[in-house]
Amino acid sequence: MKTTFTKLAVAGLMASTMIGGAAAEETIKVGVLHSLSGTMAISETTLKDAMLMLIEEQNKKGGLLGKQLEAVVVDPASDWPLFAEKARELIEVNDVDAVFGAWTSVSRKSVLPVFEELNSLLFYPVQYEGEESQRNVFYTGAAPNQQAIPAVDYLMNEEGVERWVLAGTDYVYPRTTNKILEAYLKAKGVAEEDILINYTPFGHSDWQTIVSDIKSFGSAGKKTAVVSTINGDANVPFYKELGNAGIKAEDIPVVAFSVGEEELAGLDAEPLVGHLAAWNYFQSADTDINAEFIEAWHAFIGDEARVTNDPMEAHFIGFNMWVEAVEKAGTTDADAVIDAIVGVSVPNLTGGYSTMMPNHHITKPVLIGEIQGDGQFETVWETSGLVVGDAWSDFLDGSKDLIADWRAPLSCGNFNTATGKCGGS
Amino acid sequence: MSLVRTFILLFGLIAGFSVNIAIAQTDPESLRPLVNELAKGKYAETEKQIGALVATGDPAVAPALEALGAGVLFYRKSDGSVFITEKAGKTYKLTDPLTLEAKGEAGKREVKKIKVNNKLRRVIRAALGSLTLMAPDPEVRKTAAEAVFKARDPDSIEALDIALASETDESVQLIMEQARAAAVLNSDMDEAQKINAIETLSEMGNRDALSLLINVQSSSEGVVRDAATIAVEKIEKSIAAWDSAQNIWYGLSLGSVLLLAAIGLAITFGVMGVINMAHGEMVMIGAYTTFVVQELIRTSAPGLFEYSLFIALPLAFLASGLVGIAIERGVIRWLYGRPLETLLATWGISLILQQAVRSIFGPTNREVGNPDWMSGAFELGQMTITYNRMWIIVFAMLVFAGLMLVLKKTSFGLNTRAVTQNRRMAASMGIRTPWVDALTFGLGSGIAGIAGVALSQIDNVSPNLGQGYIIDSFMVVVFGGVGNLWGTLVGAMTLGVVNKFLEPYAGAVLGKIFVLVFIILFIQKRPRGLFALKGRAVEA
Amino acid sequence: MMSSFLFRAMDARAGIFMAILGAAIVLVPAGNLLVPETSPFHVPTYAVTLMGKYLTYALLALAVDLVWGYCGILSLGHAAFFALGGYAMGMYLMRQIGTRGVYGDPILPDFMVFLNWQELPWYWYGFDMFWFAALMVVLVPGLLAFIFGWFAFRSRVTGVYLSIITQALTYALLLAFFRNDMGFGGNNGLTDFKDLLGFDIQADTTRAGLFAASGLALVVCFLICRALTRSKLGKVLVAVRDAESRTRFLGYRVEHYKLFVWTLSAMMAGIAGALYVPQVGIINPGEFAPANSIEVVIWVAIGGRGTLVGAVIGAVLVNFAKTWFTAALPEIWLFALGGLFVFVTLFLPKGIVGTFSQGWTALRQRKISAAYEAGSDEPPTAPPHSPGAPANVTIPKPSAPVSGAAEPQPAE
Repeated sequence: MKTTFTKLAVAGLMASTMIGGAAAEETIKVGVLHSLSGTMAISETTLKDAMLMLIEEQNKKGGLLGKQLEAVVVDPASDWPLFAEKARELIEVNDVDAVFGAWTSVSRKSVLPVFEELNSLLFYPVQYEGEESQRNVFYTGAAPNQQAIPAVDYLMNEEGVERWVLAGTDYVYPRTTNKILEAYLKAKGVAEEDILINYTPFGHSDWQTIVSDIKSFGSAGKKTAVVSTINGDANVPFYKELGNAGIKAEDIPVVAFSVGEEELAGLDAEPLVGHLAAWNYFQSADTDINAEFIEAWHAFIGDEARVTNDPMEAHFIGFNMWVEAVEKAGTTDADAVIDAIVGVSVPNLTGGYSTMMPNHHITKPVLIGEIQGDGQFETVWETSGLVVGDAWSDFLDGSKDLIADWRAPLSCGNFNTATGKCGGS
Repeated sequence: MSLVRTFILLFGLIAGFSVNIAIAQTDPESLRPLVNELAKGKYAETEKQIGALVATGDPAVAPALEALGAGVLFYRKSDGSVFITEKAGKTYKLTDPLTLEAKGEAGKREVKKIKVNNKLRRVIRAALGSLTLMAPDPEVRKTAAEAVFKARDPDSIEALDIALASETDESVQLIMEQARAAAVLNSDMDEAQKINAIETLSEMGNRDALSLLINVQSSSEGVVRDAATIAVEKIEKSIAAWDSAQNIWYGLSLGSVLLLAAIGLAITFGVMGVINMAHGEMVMIGAYTTFVVQELIRTSAPGLFEYSLFIALPLAFLASGLVGIAIERGVIRWLYGRPLETLLATWGISLILQQAVRSIFGPTNREVGNPDWMSGAFELGQMTITYNRMWIIVFAMLVFAGLMLVLKKTSFGLNTRAVTQNRRMAASMGIRTPWVDALTFGLGSGIAGIAGVALSQIDNVSPNLGQGYIIDSFMVVVFGGVGNLWGTLVGAMTLGVVNKFLEPYAGAVLGKIFVLVFIILFIQKRPRGLFALKGRAVEA
Repeated sequence: MMSSFLFRAMDARAGIFMAILGAAIVLVPAGNLLVPETSPFHVPTYAVTLMGKYLTYALLALAVDLVWGYCGILSLGHAAFFALGGYAMGMYLMRQIGTRGVYGDPILPDFMVFLNWQELPWYWYGFDMFWFAALMVVLVPGLLAFIFGWFAFRSRVTGVYLSIITQALTYALLLAFFRNDMGFGGNNGLTDFKDLLGFDIQADTTRAGLFAASGLALVVCFLICRALTRSKLGKVLVAVRDAESRTRFLGYRVEHYKLFVWTLSAMMAGIAGALYVPQVGIINPGEFAPANSIEVVIWVAIGGRGTLVGAVIGAVLVNFAKTWFTAALPEIWLFALGGLFVFVTLFLPKGIVGTFSQGWTALRQRKISAAYEAGSDEPPTAPPHSPGAPANVTIPKPSAPVSGAAEPQPAE
């Protein structure tokens, strides 16, 4: 039983390897590594569809290097070790030339060693905590300085906020973001007792106590705001409780970094009008390229009601960068693409251009939007120019002196400018 | 803000001279240029223009300001004239902001929204407050007074005095006095006035008053400061007492959510002995039924939206109940007497149901709206009670009572109890046991379905909905004692209250861990749960 | 005569199983390292790691089968012991990174630097030594199981109550390890490992070695379990499973027996976790998820509860199906997996091995009686009990409708 099975397994795996090898002659394969089941399916499935759409559009334009693109979709099922296994399968068995995927920090951390070992490419489309720069990974989402800090600046200058609640889900992105924000706020002269930090577990659904804490923290006579790094699923009950408890945006505004159009589609946005979110893209962006993108998306998905969001734009940018870099390099070979992609500039959906920087992060505009009754955002403030993604935060002790530059001759993800050596402090 | 203050002061003067604001009414057309100004410039300019409008002191500008605050004030790109709009399909219906006459329709691209942000909304709220203090509708006056309270603007004192003089409604009068007190504390009036104001606020006694008083305490000196300190202490003491009450309320509310989630399981698992891992998915089906009902109502009969939950309840019961009966007939009836294998099969079923929902409705959250009577909150003493939580507690109790009635007072309930206690003997007495099994499982699943209707009001409606509740449900049933509905009730409420009392001290995560450890230890002490069944049935 | 027959059959089966496993331990790494990549017999590294992972799952399933199949303790929290073993190994691997972390701190792991920890918490001491970590891999899960079991079995918590509190245990640990304040890396867990005992963890040879180690651990634990279940102690365990009160009245200290296998099983789960971590390259609190523990129980049930071989086969089969489905049918694989669970429960109530050997026994009996009728002088023997799978896979319950062709088991 066991042998037949092992043989079958090996044979099956090898068969697929060989088929993969044969097919690679005609097509260029692109891996899509997003959870289609489990807790993260709620966010990631949309990105899988977005990738399929982008690949289809590219094929309509004649493909890449004269070949058609072929998407290989797998389901890592929101299971972090499975992400590593599936990444390996995509690269080794299916011979993909680049992978677009992952959402949570832990899934990215899980696949990192695989991409490093097998020297392939990963485009990671979600805003994240920073403190990382890896040769094989391209971070097309926002680093903390492209989202959190401008948002806090806005609240401080425009709304006159003096008291801060930093509420987040207990994992690394909120922890780091709050750490950076805390240091930043203190540098701006905010007192210790004017900052309240609160962490909740994933999928927290009973927000009564915390909302009432926010309410009483906000009644100390100073203008108060909530900076929310609460993760996707827990947001709906949080905002419902907030709306019901009568906390209006005019009194205590909430600025969120993980709430986009997609999350708002799951609740009645009417009581939330005026609460804020900081992103690099809103569906409401009034540009021709965005209108085209939305139209293509609606046609592809067959539903006029589906929204677009920031991580989708990140994939749009990342995919176009990859296409351009491959054309520039004339090959899909990972090393050649890594060399070619730095400096590649492609249009983003908000009317400007995003450029891949040597630290494998990209330039982006930062937008602050207010929630509207229809679940869309209205941009109330934006940076005058583009902000360069900062892999290592200037506000954390361990990473102040670190920079990343993947161009020769430095070619280092954690170069210490103080000691002049590659490899941390 | 200072600019607005000046304008409000101006307005106050005008109002002061004219006794009745209505007299200040001018020809609407003279206001039009000012209103059309709103379409120009950025937020800072808009703020000035709002000030200019308020300075006219003319209540006729109120609709335009209200529309601006609500984000429905647009301007026509061709001539820059401003309209209140209402979305009608692909076009907008236009209304004149001054005369309130219909002005035809305009396409999406012909008009553009006048942007507002939080700051502008605050300015508008304060401005509207002063403008509508004398409105004929007491509700409008109440909101106006509340807005003035929040603005704490000393310049509104005069307007408030005038309004107070003619106010007849007592509750509005009270709020106006509080608003006046807040404004007085922010002004440079004499100490006696301020101490009076502190007393008014001290009687008000809520967090808003506290926040004001703390400000006074830190910014003033002498007698005023002492009075404020005494008032702050008094309010803090009363709030602390109310906090415990609030915690109990939160606990009961969490408990009733747990009860709703677990009570269906108390039947399928507790009474029938099926380790029903698909229980959460029955809740999910109920929530999705609510979504479908609301969708249908939205497209075909928007007027029924307020009743959507009542329509959804029986449908959710039927939907989940029928799926439950299908599961019982198709799978579980082959597994009686092998309880552990029901775990396996129902786990498989739960995966299938989750994926089915994901395939049909998509993986993203679905919007289930709260009807008006489920939204908002009211104050009870210093406690804020949200309507949705209150109705969920009531609903949970009704479901529990209803279920008790069915099991104890109907012949179906008698049959159920007979079959679960001694299947063979029940069969010998002529009870059609397979029939009873199917219906009981259907009942448990149906109850889970109506729990789903309630939970859709406070939680995500997504394919993962059920997964979030399944573990907690099992904990509640086991903690309360398998096979005892009262145990489930007491268990759910205990866990809810304990959790909520731990949360402020330990935080949400540690609080939950402590509750789990508490359950583990409790089961050591009472290995059969809170309300253990006695007798030989226990060994089975 | 009959018992020796039985013994021989069991030996034969176990022998076949171990021969196959042994062959795999030798052939798979050899196929990976020695056979050139162009050869059709080359085993890709991907497959080696994957099968190595399956073997650790098999070991976990074996541990669950020991307590559930032979002692009637349905644990819905065994993943906790697996994950604890995994964390112990992960901590060792973290310490091995040394200055190669992104911040280059010689002592503190990256996530601690990241969160401004000033020094290593006390419970991280010693994990820079392999022997210490290896000891912790068995001691930590063992100790937790001992304490938990000591209370639970003494209080006579049984049946579904026990199952649910094991679930509460793993859920509480899940939440605890999620907390960043705990010092185990929070949700991200421990990752980015560099080397193990000086060998580069990404090297093919290390992977092959880990595969072999997993196989070896499985063989050793299998032998222990088999020796245990076939000893007198094993008979008492089965007695506890089938009639706990009766066993207690006969004078056995039921709780001691239970506590012993429970702790042993937890230690085995810990070893499985320790071997799992270097192969998948990450350990995080997700491993504590109650759903994982339930899945392990399902592997055992599918393979055949109360058959050690069945547990192994169930684990490998279900995980292979998962690997295959998630790639071949990414959109609808849950239908396939869920359907498989329902199908097996309904149509193969004794699991694959149970049903298989039942059919085999029936066939064999027909042959014997046919031979007898044909004039052989060997008298027909009583139907031998299904060798690996005791017929009492199901819980005997007088009121239960008898399903399948299971014959009632005479009491001994």
